[in-house]
Amino acid sequence: MTTTNSPQTRGTLAQPPSTFEKLNDRGFRTLTRLFALAVVLMLVFLVYEITRTAWPALITYGPGFLIGSDWSVAEARFGIWPQIAGTLVSSLLALAMGTLFGVTVAIVLSQSFLPPKLEWLLTNLVQLLAAIPSVVFGLWGLFVIVPLVRPIANSLNETMGWFPLFSTRLSGPGMFPAALVLAIMILPTIASISRDALASVPQRLKEAAYGIGATRWQAILQIIVPTAAPGIFGAIVLGFGRAVGETMAVAMLIGNANTIQWSLFAPGTTLAALLANKFAEADPVVEIPALMAAALVLLVITLVINVVGVLILQRASRSLKGIH
Amino acid sequence: MMTTTYSGAANPRRIGSPRHLVKAWPTFAALSLLVAGCADREVVTLQGAGATFPEPLYKRWFREYYDINPKVRISYQGIGSGAGIKQFLNGLTDFAASDAAMTPDEIASAPEGFGGVKLLPMTAGCVVLAYNLPGVERPIRLPRAVYARMMLNEQALPTNRIERWNDPAIVAANPGVDLPNLPITVVQRSDSSGTTYLFTQHLVEVLRQIQPDLKLKAGKSVDWLAGIAAKGNPGVAFTIDQTPGAIGFLEYGYTRVSGTPTAILENRAGSFVAASPQSAALGLAEAEFDNNLIAWIPDPAVEGAYPIVGYTWILVRGRYDDPKVGSALKAILRYGIDQGQTYAADLGYVPLPPATVEQVRQAIDSIEVANAAESVGQESESPPPAAASVAGSSRGDIEERIEKAVAGFSEDPHGNRE
Repeated sequence: MTTTNSPQTRGTLAQPPSTFEKLNDRGFRTLTRLFALAVVLMLVFLVYEITRTAWPALITYGPGFLIGSDWSVAEARFGIWPQIAGTLVSSLLALAMGTLFGVTVAIVLSQSFLPPKLEWLLTNLVQLLAAIPSVVFGLWGLFVIVPLVRPIANSLNETMGWFPLFSTRLSGPGMFPAALVLAIMILPTIASISRDALASVPQRLKEAAYGIGATRWQAILQIIVPTAAPGIFGAIVLGFGRAVGETMAVAMLIGNANTIQWSLFAPGTTLAALLANKFAEADPVVEIPALMAAALVLLVITLVINVVGVLILQRASRSLKGIH
Repeated sequence: MMTTTYSGAANPRRIGSPRHLVKAWPTFAALSLLVAGCADREVVTLQGAGATFPEPLYKRWFREYYDINPKVRISYQGIGSGAGIKQFLNGLTDFAASDAAMTPDEIASAPEGFGGVKLLPMTAGCVVLAYNLPGVERPIRLPRAVYARMMLNEQALPTNRIERWNDPAIVAANPGVDLPNLPITVVQRSDSSGTTYLFTQHLVEVLRQIQPDLKLKAGKSVDWLAGIAAKGNPGVAFTIDQTPGAIGFLEYGYTRVSGTPTAILENRAGSFVAASPQSAALGLAEAEFDNNLIAWIPDPAVEGAYPIVGYTWILVRGRYDDPKVGSALKAILRYGIDQGQTYAADLGYVPLPPATVEQVRQAIDSIEVANAAESVGQESESPPPAAASVAGSSRGDIEERIEKAVAGFSEDPHGNRE
């Protein structure tokens, strides 16, 4: 039998790769490298384009751009301090609320409080929150959250108006409803990453905790959560990153007022909302560079936050290695 | 003449395929239309973009015109006056629309090949102050000094502010109306807009008379208006409806759809006037157009004239090198100032006065088109022949179409929202 195609030889004998297979392999590898490179190049190009367009504004306004609070096209004076402050305040508020809910959800969904099927269902439902488009959150905020929150906010203002955080009424859109909706939007990020962190706490640790007589709550609060803490912290930072960059829902809910006020119920603005509102109609000579500079600031803020978040998550998984 | 052939069979889908096929095989008909469309080199597509203020009216015109001359297809994107001018000057569109006309700089920056830029007033409208006051049934009346002082922020007007609805100045102007003790929430535009330009231009004029020390400048986006901001006319209308105690400026048509109450404003002559096409027309009649056909009426003086009015322009090139595009555009513009004006009042706009129509017609005639004789639109050099066909169709048919247009218009505010 000399035919190489006979069933016996084809299945058992190793053959040197044919030219076609070699080319195929090499071609595929080149292709993957090209695509990987393209992604990196795209990012570089994006940053380059933004910086290039923003350059006139950066050299004209200098550091004053970061601390000024005017946005006047007519007088060509631009400052984004209210936007920076609004971005940080709305995101931190959202983070405070989102963390409380997110970590609680993560604990419930990871510590076998629920029957496995229900746990699976709820885990997926929380993930599903992340799939709701931003504009839907925005509309829902305007139609549901604002009317719901308004009476409470206004009674707080009437009874505790001396307290700076409650010093104005909530007329409609404002900082608080925006932060509340943001909190719900970052909930899936915080909940699912925290859940992963909690679930990856070794079973041995839990058993050891119960073994020395800890109650369930003691085991969760004093052993499991502290062990997963770096991971949870990473989740929070990534949630923060998402809140900072969130655009549509915030632009619809925050009121877009170029002011900084103590009151939670006063309207404010964010960098992302500024860009969403002004870009389409911006004056190409004066305003576009200023908007691009604002975009650059936003890019830097989110980049720093995300890098910090990823670093923390990496350290978390490294520190868990010893325990496993 | 080509047009007469089609004016009878208004449905464009019938072109190129027998009637029974259309009924029996819609898919096939669509395909054959596609093929016909590709093969038929006489079909012209015009691209335009710009103001949202006249968008409902323009879309209506283009839809009606399509029935008259299906060989001309016009796509119009309501992306805002500023963005429209930008795209037009970059050569991305064949025409633009703007509520803030064009600045001399913008006119001067037109590329060489444009042969200059022509501004054509196509319709006019008014800006209303819409409000949300729960429990107040009668339309409120706002004196000049009051509404001007309501709208400014603290930096622009540190003293003499009117911040609550039961301010004595408002109560005095509205005897018998029980005004609530609510803070006034001003709703303004968050994007740059021609509506803002019309409104601030009027405010600046009023403030110049009552408080000359204020040095405020009108603009498409200003930093001296108070309150919260929302994107686009639809966004402002929506925010007002959602916010008790809100007041904001809107293009008239948008409140007609949503039923939001609008304030009766005191004009320069001291009379209180509600917004309507009639009262707006009185103010617009004062316009004196310059060489570029630009006119502003920041503060009409006639008794009974609504105080915040303005024209809106279509911007075209002085010369079109593509004869098809040029003559098709001239034909649709002529249609707009003739039959098009009859739709204006239905949709809350103000038809152009006859004298203005004549001026605009001359401007349209003066648009140069290379080799106009070979073009598709040539038959429309005479007044649009299809006029007869529209006028000839039954009354009920037209009424039905008006209803449809109004329904389409009422969808627009939501369609525009992002």
